[in-house]
Amino acid sequence: MPDDPTNGTAPTAGAGAPAPAVPDAQATDEVTMYLWRGDPGGGEFQEYVLPAQEGEVVLDVVHRVQATLAPDLACRWNCKAGKCGSCSVEINGHPRLMCMTRMDSLPPGEPVTVAPMRTFPILRDLVTDVSYNYEVAKRIPPFAPREKTDDERQAGGYRMAQIDVERSQEFRKCIECYLCQDVCHVIRDHEENKTAYAGPRFFARSAELEMHPLDTTDRRELLQRELGLNKCNITKCCTEVCPEHIKITDNAIIPLKERVVDAAYDPIAWLGRKIRRRTKRSASEAAALAPAAGPAAVQPDAPVRGIPMPERIPVPVGTMTGTPDPDADADADADADADADADGGAGAGAGGGDRDGAATPDA
Amino acid sequence: MSLLEDATATPVVLGGVRGGPDLPTLRQDRWWVQPVVTVTVLTAFVAYATWAAFVNKDYFAGPSLHRDLISPFYSPCLTESCVPGSHPGTILTWWTISPALLILIFPLGFRLTCYYYRKAYYRSFWWAPPACAVADAHGTYTGESRFPLFFQNVHRYFFFAGLVFNVILTIDAVMAFRQPGVGIGISVGTVVLCINAALLWMYSISCHACRHLCGGGAKQFSKAPVRYRIWKTLTPLNANHMVFAWMSLVFVALTDLYVRLVASGVIHDYGFHF
Repeated sequence: MPDDPTNGTAPTAGAGAPAPAVPDAQATDEVTMYLWRGDPGGGEFQEYVLPAQEGEVVLDVVHRVQATLAPDLACRWNCKAGKCGSCSVEINGHPRLMCMTRMDSLPPGEPVTVAPMRTFPILRDLVTDVSYNYEVAKRIPPFAPREKTDDERQAGGYRMAQIDVERSQEFRKCIECYLCQDVCHVIRDHEENKTAYAGPRFFARSAELEMHPLDTTDRRELLQRELGLNKCNITKCCTEVCPEHIKITDNAIIPLKERVVDAAYDPIAWLGRKIRRRTKRSASEAAALAPAAGPAAVQPDAPVRGIPMPERIPVPVGTMTGTPDPDADADADADADADADADGGAGAGAGGGDRDGAATPDA
Repeated sequence: MSLLEDATATPVVLGGVRGGPDLPTLRQDRWWVQPVVTVTVLTAFVAYATWAAFVNKDYFAGPSLHRDLISPFYSPCLTESCVPGSHPGTILTWWTISPALLILIFPLGFRLTCYYYRKAYYRSFWWAPPACAVADAHGTYTGESRFPLFFQNVHRYFFFAGLVFNVILTIDAVMAFRQPGVGIGISVGTVVLCINAALLWMYSISCHACRHLCGGGAKQFSKAPVRYRIWKTLTPLNANHMVFAWMSLVFVALTDLYVRLVASGVIHDYGFHF
């Protein structure tokens, strides 16, 4: 074992200091990792020292720890390419993807702390239960396109211009890593807000639908009254941590806030709506469309629940080990309908079903 | 192939225990630098602006100096206490204290409700949160959902008021080319007022409310091509709203300082005339 350069030569399991101090003279050919080990019953940082290797990302080092020093270390990962959103953790206190954080981008010679996402309940070690997000997702009224015109029926489907769909396409880059949800202090520091706050990921989802030219649902009152849009104080942390560089605050949250101002606080806009014919579905109708189950169910010590399954969606057995994306139907419909010249919604799908089966090697 | 309903669902645990240490943050970088800088600059500006607003003198370099330079803090000078020659002249006879106090309400409201400044002062002064992934300093949090913070929603009306002031300050900059008793000319003061007006315009048109009102609120761009083109033009400016916010804030204070120094005779406003 000591001859293998990939193995740790000093596998000291430290008595977890919560905030490891910077060593005086750390050899730069070694890397010291402080990994959170624990479960809902408690935990601590454990120290692992390994030889440094060029070109590694944090996930590579964690895998080497798993392979050589701590085979029972639990971490969630899948694509190793920043596209599956599975390996979200907090590296040196920053919410990041392990697979997209190069070791040489971290301060040289200093230990690297890797902790689970703070906002969500821990399952084990670096793995958290992000099902809160699936509950919130169910509250977003799905895509509800207008009726096709006769011309569109004859043409085989909707026709949209590129400029009409490009705004929404930015939000479809979302890989649902939930780093934005993790860093948002509204729920990170205030657990009680989880019952009435959707979070940046779902504001982006709402913006995507609100800006879709075919959608007929008005979500503004829902966003204001039920989904906590006005709890967001636009400190832009969600934008800072987004690995897909989606401008969540500038392009989703603030435009939504302005649309809520149109609907609720602007008397001139109100007058304009009275004069012009209303074409969108009301908020109460939109709320009626959203499933009743929501994050209101998120309570400490709540019993274990299963997420209700949509009916009769054929999938190969073995590929679905987790929960389905409740918007999958709507997304599929939207993609099918809006697939003409605009490629509307044909970007990286935001469905969560294929990622929830991300491996959690607990070996 | 099978049906999804045949698959076993992973049970979802709601609530639960959070992982990681109970510390405000694990960050070891200098996350506190940005709040410290923001607090320092904003506090310095507020202190200077308050002093400048109450001092009520040396805000107009007039015909005696062959200049027509007025401080942006005192323009438009509408009250009876305005220095003779400052424009547009006395309209509000009932206002007897410093005219700046009447004027600064609007730029202050515009900046106070600005989406960028909200981020800056929520982080730096209110510590909600002081930095990303650093615990905020409050036991409870309701954001902008309650009094008084839901008044942040009036931002667009302060934006409209700000546009009026931009027009006035642009007129001031044009008027600064006049050199009473000499003719038309350019001086350092002229350039300062022009730059000040330009930066305030950039700050205003890069505003998020402006971007929304000009085109962002449109449901279907292809049916609103003019609004789309305006929105497309404003979007890159909006991305630099923070830069324009700081530049215009600092420069408006420097403009007032320059006019003040010229009006009080501390420095000479160099220039030439035609």
